[in-house]
Amino acid sequence: MLSHLPILQVILPLLGAPACLILGRGKIAWLFALLVSALSFCIAAMLLHTVYHQGVISYALGGWQAPWGIEYRIDLLNAWLLLIVSGSSTVALLAAQSSINVEIAPEKQTIFFVAWLLCLAGLLGILATGDAFNVFVFLEVSSLSTYTLISLGPHRQSLWAAFRYLIMGTIGATFILIGIGLMYIMTGTLNMQDLAQRLPLASDSSTVFTAYAFILVGISLKLALFPLHLWLPNAYNHAPSIVTTFLAASATKVALYLLIRFTYTVFPSHFSQIDIPLEEIFIVLGITGVLSASVAAIYQADVKRAIAYSSVAQIGYMVVGLGIGGVLGLQATLLHVFNHALMKATLFMALAAIACRIGVTTLTSMQGLGRKMPWTSFGFVVGGLSLIGVPLTAGFISKWYLVSAAALSGRWGLVVLIMVGSLLAIVYIWRVVEALYFKPAADSTPIKEAPLAMLLALWLLVFANVYFGIDTRLPVSISAEAATALQEGRP
Amino acid sequence: MSAPNMLIDAAIITPLLAVAGILVFARMPNIREGVSILAGVALLLINVELYNSFNDGQALTRHWVDIVPGLSLSFKIDALGLLFSLVASLLWPVTILYAIGYMRGHKEDNQTRFYVCFAVAIAAVMAIAYAENLFTLFVFYEVLSLCTYPLVTHAGTEKAKQGGRIYLGILMGTSVAFFLPAIIVTWLVAGTLDFQAGGVFPEQTGIALLSLLLVLYVFGVAKAAVMPFHRWLPAAMVAPTPVSALLHAVAVVKAGVFSLVKILVFIFGLDTLQQIPATDYLLYLAGAGVVLASLVALRQDNLKARLAYSTVSQLGYITVGALLAVESGVVGSAMHIATHAVGKITLFFCAGAILVASHKSNISEMAGLGRRMPITMIAFFIASLSIIGLPPTAGTWSKWWLLTATLETDQLVLMAVLLLSSLLNIAYLLPIPLRAFFPGAAQTNDGAVAIKEAPTASLIALCLTAGACILLFFFPNPLFELVSQIFTEGSQ
Repeated sequence: MLSHLPILQVILPLLGAPACLILGRGKIAWLFALLVSALSFCIAAMLLHTVYHQGVISYALGGWQAPWGIEYRIDLLNAWLLLIVSGSSTVALLAAQSSINVEIAPEKQTIFFVAWLLCLAGLLGILATGDAFNVFVFLEVSSLSTYTLISLGPHRQSLWAAFRYLIMGTIGATFILIGIGLMYIMTGTLNMQDLAQRLPLASDSSTVFTAYAFILVGISLKLALFPLHLWLPNAYNHAPSIVTTFLAASATKVALYLLIRFTYTVFPSHFSQIDIPLEEIFIVLGITGVLSASVAAIYQADVKRAIAYSSVAQIGYMVVGLGIGGVLGLQATLLHVFNHALMKATLFMALAAIACRIGVTTLTSMQGLGRKMPWTSFGFVVGGLSLIGVPLTAGFISKWYLVSAAALSGRWGLVVLIMVGSLLAIVYIWRVVEALYFKPAADSTPIKEAPLAMLLALWLLVFANVYFGIDTRLPVSISAEAATALQEGRP
Repeated sequence: MSAPNMLIDAAIITPLLAVAGILVFARMPNIREGVSILAGVALLLINVELYNSFNDGQALTRHWVDIVPGLSLSFKIDALGLLFSLVASLLWPVTILYAIGYMRGHKEDNQTRFYVCFAVAIAAVMAIAYAENLFTLFVFYEVLSLCTYPLVTHAGTEKAKQGGRIYLGILMGTSVAFFLPAIIVTWLVAGTLDFQAGGVFPEQTGIALLSLLLVLYVFGVAKAAVMPFHRWLPAAMVAPTPVSALLHAVAVVKAGVFSLVKILVFIFGLDTLQQIPATDYLLYLAGAGVVLASLVALRQDNLKARLAYSTVSQLGYITVGALLAVESGVVGSAMHIATHAVGKITLFFCAGAILVASHKSNISEMAGLGRRMPITMIAFFIASLSIIGLPPTAGTWSKWWLLTATLETDQLVLMAVLLLSSLLNIAYLLPIPLRAFFPGAAQTNDGAVAIKEAPTASLIALCLTAGACILLFFFPNPLFELVSQIFTEGSQ
């Protein structure tokens, strides 16, 4: 049983989806989805524990040995992300029922949970597999279900947003597929470990180089790396609130994982160092993304959209860490993947709770909510503090590592720009705080505090934000080891 | 872990326990305030016990948690910290006593929230005072900004919110834009954030970098109200008077100058400080601030505004003393932290007493009040003398040391500046009590309104602090002995 954990991780939500469809609508579907997600989380925790203590797990699917069969390969990097993705799915599902009751028609709710489980299966599959083509398959599974989830949103624009994401996402996936195809032509293999050994032999060819470029651009699209980020604010803004909570904490992280996996494990390192100045490109694009998206966030009238722009900015930080490179830079990125999942889930969860009660999340409609929904509002503030990077919150830890990494690599200008990014975050968070607490309420209609399940999920996240800002042993040690392993394992 | 080390926890936790007590007895005001005073007395005893242990030569440290390697929340008792915590915990129960009279006399709302935030602020002050490293200090510095914010906006009016916005905007803005980057750079350059005798920077650190850091720190610690980042302090005067008294004459502003002195002495080190060219410029800037703030104070008719600018000016003295980068200057600064605290809190107590008793906040209306509020006005007179620095009051000693330090470093211009400012102090403080007692012929039209002294609780409080001003003149030795240990502990 325990040796089959890697496949169980993926197969459980994958089979859960049709089972959910059969089980039917309403509370049962929700409870079932929650159970499946929680089990996935437990499996991820066990996998992480095993990997941390016993090293990499390689699992041959159906007993067919790699490189002919499909290999599931769990190292610290993907075990870490499996935990983040399944964890954010579980917390979001905890609050999902209350939120979709308001936002989604009852007859579509079963579909909603089915699509959710498929999406989860897809994301976990991308992470768990050690096979490049399998990555593409799961990428499509997760993408298609994501388009469905977004189109279930409460506004008419949801369809349009889902369609735009579909176009961009399909282009991205196609690019990745082209890249994988080119690699297969040159090496005759799809297994990542095998590719890593064979690619250096063929690395002088322009075909491999082209494959690399296609894959990078394709992933950057899915990642919403500046300037390929335009789909993200729309998709996040118009998706059902709780879907945004889940996606913001997981989907882009998975794309980032692919970026790390392909640049560090699969392709020869000199690709990213000599042939293209990839590290400089990452840093420039990342920091431009941080600054431009943060400025854009300041000017949004809708808070949900502002926080979505903030996601683009935060992705920028992660890519900057990747660009700085070395163990410290990678560690900063991996820490931020985790901490950003915490803070963004908190913020979007608070917004979901607000949307649940007042239907919209515009800045003006949120005026005076600090008194009417004190727990939700305060949860938002803590999430915001974490986003800014205030000490004793999780956000501070990753900023600290990122700034240290930038400074130790001698990039002092970058240090200053990262600081400026934090200052911009203060501005767009402060606008919300001001609306919540300092502006008089638009009207005096009584508004109840959010439903209990949502508050529970929100405060679980709030607690996590503070806890991992003080006791950082778990994320710091895991990210350090994962970063070291990646750096050493670089072919 | 020995018992004295646990006392450090106790010093920080006692005010928080008070919070719990205040919340439990929210509906019983007498018990609620009793809890506050009890906690205040307990805290004072704890700090005295810490002081005794410290004098016995025990090294008292307490480690809470490592956030990341090299960054920890930890605490250590030293002379400067003890001075600050003793001043704050001595004045806390007195202020609560005063607040009972004031808040009830003034019929303020939300009194429970008021006492809760007050207690949290004191806990933050304790943590700042005993912080072992810059990170701990920074964290609780921010906590102090946040938990005093509801106190500033207590009245809930538009004006209060506007004041609160300036307050939080400047304090948080400077700390994030200047203070935090300075801390991060310090950590990257020195590899540690622990306060160490002689400073933490390695020998070969560039002068330009050190200058930049110094500027960042001096402006980043905006609680020290170095011009031009002093605007938050007058803005904070919309708060109820007990808040202005304890927090904006003692706890918050002193947390600012305390942090600054601590950084200058234990992060830079006096020797390093003397070599940095920026020190001189900042010194002149602070000196200019001293005079300018005094001049502005002279033009204020609102009593609390005048006292606020006076505080800005007096904080400048402390900054100057530390920036002189000699031991006598730091000693003067540290003593001024204590003497200015008792003097200024008395003045604010008096201002509040006048407001409650006569509903007057403008100085021009206070002529002739002395006959109806003799005790208040005498206390005001004594405290004024202390701020000016005349015997027989406590302020004499700290100003004496500061002037000695200017002589020692041949900063004659600064000496002139300090003397000039003292003259200005006379001009803006003494006329208030003098005209209260000797109003002249035209000012006796208040007879129709029956004005009495402020509530007894408030009166007792302001007599206590005024008494302390005189007491510290005749018995400055315990204070001086504590302060003179700032530089000896490195050898312990």
